[in-house]
Amino acid sequence: MSSVAREWREIPGRYNLKGTKCTNCGTVYFPSRHFCPKCRRAGIGKIEEYAVCRTGKVYTYSIVHEAPDCNDMQKPYAVAMVRTDDGVMISAQLVDVDLDKIEIGMSVRAVLRKLSTDGEAGIIRYGYKFVPMD
Amino acid sequence: MRDVAIIGVGVTKFGELWNKSFRAIGIEAGMKAMEDANLSGSEVDGIFIGNMSAGQFIKQKHIDALIADYSGMATRNIPATRVEAGGASGGVAFRQAVMAVASGMHDIVLVGGAEKMTDMDDTSINSVLDATADAEWEAGMGITFASLHAMMARRMIHDGIATREEIASFAVNSHFHGALNPNAQFRKAITLDTVLRSGPVADPLGVFDCAPISDGAASLVLCPLEDAKKYTDSYVKVSAVTQASDSLALFQREDITTYGATVAAAQQAYSQVGITPQDIQVAEVHDTYTVSGIMALQDLGFFKRGEAGKAVLEEQCHIGGKIAINTSGGLKARGHPIGATGVAQIVEITEQLRGSADKRQVPNAKYGLAQSTGGTGSAVTVSILEAI
Repeated sequence: MSSVAREWREIPGRYNLKGTKCTNCGTVYFPSRHFCPKCRRAGIGKIEEYAVCRTGKVYTYSIVHEAPDCNDMQKPYAVAMVRTDDGVMISAQLVDVDLDKIEIGMSVRAVLRKLSTDGEAGIIRYGYKFVPMD
Repeated sequence: MRDVAIIGVGVTKFGELWNKSFRAIGIEAGMKAMEDANLSGSEVDGIFIGNMSAGQFIKQKHIDALIADYSGMATRNIPATRVEAGGASGGVAFRQAVMAVASGMHDIVLVGGAEKMTDMDDTSINSVLDATADAEWEAGMGITFASLHAMMARRMIHDGIATREEIASFAVNSHFHGALNPNAQFRKAITLDTVLRSGPVADPLGVFDCAPISDGAASLVLCPLEDAKKYTDSYVKVSAVTQASDSLALFQREDITTYGATVAAAQQAYSQVGITPQDIQVAEVHDTYTVSGIMALQDLGFFKRGEAGKAVLEEQCHIGGKIAINTSGGLKARGHPIGATGVAQIVEITEQLRGSADKRQVPNAKYGLAQSTGGTGSAVTVSILEAI
């Protein structure tokens, strides 16, 4: 089982899509990075928090039929790479959707959902998933 | 830097080897390679082993010590090093060994690659594989390793780079050759229909788009090229072995229909040897999924973007075609014991270039290439071998 701290420290990103932005080059990072791979030393001390836009469009997707234990009850389920309206790519599950009606380009928004449970006595993990716009 | 030769190769049968342990298959492959190189064993002064997840699959870490011990090398206190780079563990172990000999630090090096996967249940195995992508921001979000490849395939189809049928045809090509390889896990040719109608794993990919779960090991013996003749008349030259990296998570890439690390490693390798992709007659590419095989053919420069799928569907990648791809059966039909795969690819190319590939022999091959991939192209090695 994971420790509580491992899950707890990721809450800003998982619940609120908080990433970072390098003010030296303007690049947004999600998940957050505190070292800009583009600017390297020139970016040190110039990284600030950035909240990623919660709406976007499906870039590509798949329907998962074989899943790990923690997600076994949900299958089949959809996963997607979503390009948010401010240009950030995020991979997540796509829920509350008819699996036959998913299309590349469809508009989606981020919601907070249960991600997985770590056995009967372990931590319940929450985080972002995407749902169709409407 | 010294030129390096491969003077011996060995491989176990790949598959569900219920009666054999990790240590048994590791030693079996090593013994075959030593015998092939006509060595007694006392000549070896270093060992490199590719292995991804023995710590999880068989709950044994420190497998460098295990192999040194069981191979008898520990009695002479020979240094052993275990290398992990996801699916590229075998390819990177080979590269480390080549560097060790080229630099003069070592003279005779044994390279091993091994994985024992079937000691664990299938669902748990898949969770280990998922963790070669980004464990926190991909696997942790419910995104399986297969679904990452399915999303690449979907995008390739959407962008007109390959059709579903063309992608599926890569498995047909692998099985066509696997049927000719006595050590392959699956020795049966299949039709396109078999792939397209196989049970879904991660739509649009089905069971027959995916490499199987396998046990197996492979081994090589390396020495300086100038010394090779002392041991054998049957050796090949390592002309280049390059390695490149890319982001851990797929969603961090500009383009998910190409592996930038394959392109970078390949360009460097061709330039070191002074040849072009068209000079390669036989290649082993890392087809964990059919889509990764198609992508590799484009990224390695064998076909233009948008033309690889068509070529495979038209059987241009069979032995006797434009270029022979995955004559061993590839990951799909030969099997994919992860840490062994990158080393087994080098075994196959060596057999091809020295003319010992039996029914799979590509006639008069001068140059052969192997591509080993970790994660979704996060680490890639490209090796070019040359017939002597």
